[in-house]
Amino acid sequence: MEKIYAILNDLHPEFDYRDSDDYIEDGLLDSFDAVQLISELEEKFHITIDGLDILPENIGSIHAIVNLIRKSGGKI
Amino acid sequence: MKTVFHGKRITGIMSVVPETVVKFDDEVENYTFPPKQTMRLKKIMGYEQHRIVKETTATSDFCVFGLQHMLDQGWLKKEEIGAIIVATSVPDHFVPPVSSIIHGKFELDPEVVCLDISQGCTAFYMGLIQAFMLLDHLPNKKAIVFASDVLSKKTSRQDRNSYPLVGDACGIAVVENDSKASDIHAIVRNKGDLKGVLTIPAGGSRLACSAETAVMRDTEGDGNLRCLDNLCMQGSEVFVFAQVEVPPLVNDTLKFAGINKEDVELYLLHQPNRFMLRKLAERMEVPYEKVPMNLVENFGNSSGACIPLSITYNFPDLMKEKETKCMLCAFGSGLTWGAMTMDLGELDFCEMLQSNL
Repeated sequence: MEKIYAILNDLHPEFDYRDSDDYIEDGLLDSFDAVQLISELEEKFHITIDGLDILPENIGSIHAIVNLIRKSGGKI
Repeated sequence: MKTVFHGKRITGIMSVVPETVVKFDDEVENYTFPPKQTMRLKKIMGYEQHRIVKETTATSDFCVFGLQHMLDQGWLKKEEIGAIIVATSVPDHFVPPVSSIIHGKFELDPEVVCLDISQGCTAFYMGLIQAFMLLDHLPNKKAIVFASDVLSKKTSRQDRNSYPLVGDACGIAVVENDSKASDIHAIVRNKGDLKGVLTIPAGGSRLACSAETAVMRDTEGDGNLRCLDNLCMQGSEVFVFAQVEVPPLVNDTLKFAGINKEDVELYLLHQPNRFMLRKLAERMEVPYEKVPMNLVENFGNSSGACIPLSITYNFPDLMKEKETKCMLCAFGSGLTWGAMTMDLGELDFCEMLQSNL
């Protein structure tokens, strides 16, 4: 999970992603952040994320992101 | 609609782009977001530069420029024209239509059909559909399809969601009857956009332009400043719409045409941005190499002109030399999405023109 936090903190060093349960609701991720997050996850975890899985509920928390990576065949 | 067009062929394609190139880097300070954050979009979204018209340029100017060039080159004669179809979301005026303006500029025969279609991203596709249908009634004539948009004039320069994407251009196709042409299989679908996923709220009969509609605000609460006279795009919804609807449409069109996806040499898709196109190619299960996705970084997303622009930019020689089995696929405002398979090529001309517009 540290790898994921590192990606998130690189997007926005000013935010604390460990302190939020809903990144979208709390304004910590917008649609462009989502695009960059997906691209970084694909690169760092050597996965391809299905376009249909790129939804707010799948990237809105650390647990959702972990599940997305696993669903896409990646290892945490 | 799901149909087969018999005996119709595109015999020439050209595109017209403005000479003014604006770099993404030079516009970063326009937005309310920290520049470092904005610069990240370059890599992910493919933003590099876009082409923007002069303040004095209107949609018809592109069309007239292109048609004049075709006449000057001898690629077309005025007396051959049976129909002018202009598909645009930003006409010069509400009245008269752009097609009538073109008709007037060239003093065409009174019996030339002039037709404007209000379309954005699917303009070229829907313009072709209209041309194919009209040509059944114009046996010895040609139909000229113009997909022309100057969306930079309707997009806020402080809207980071949309302005970096927008590129102005015009795509033109000459379409003819040809009894030897291969069949064109086409499917077009609609889902009325009542939520305003892609909209320009003011300026029409629903809400006239006024001092109030021109006030710049953060209307969506996302840090982007725009007024009601400007384009407003819900990027996430557009992305999901495309991912959900386009791959099944492509598969259904291939099945309808009785061809395998491997048989298609080029998937000529509308060009929203590189990320969306990569994801679509993955869901369509076609290799990236068959899906041109380089338009946004060079010209911007030129709305309905994307497909002809992509053809003239990427394949000018190929399209003149040989026939290529292609799928054209457009999707966007409406919401409208359509695909057609055709053998495209051996064109009389395939050229991109840079203008002083």
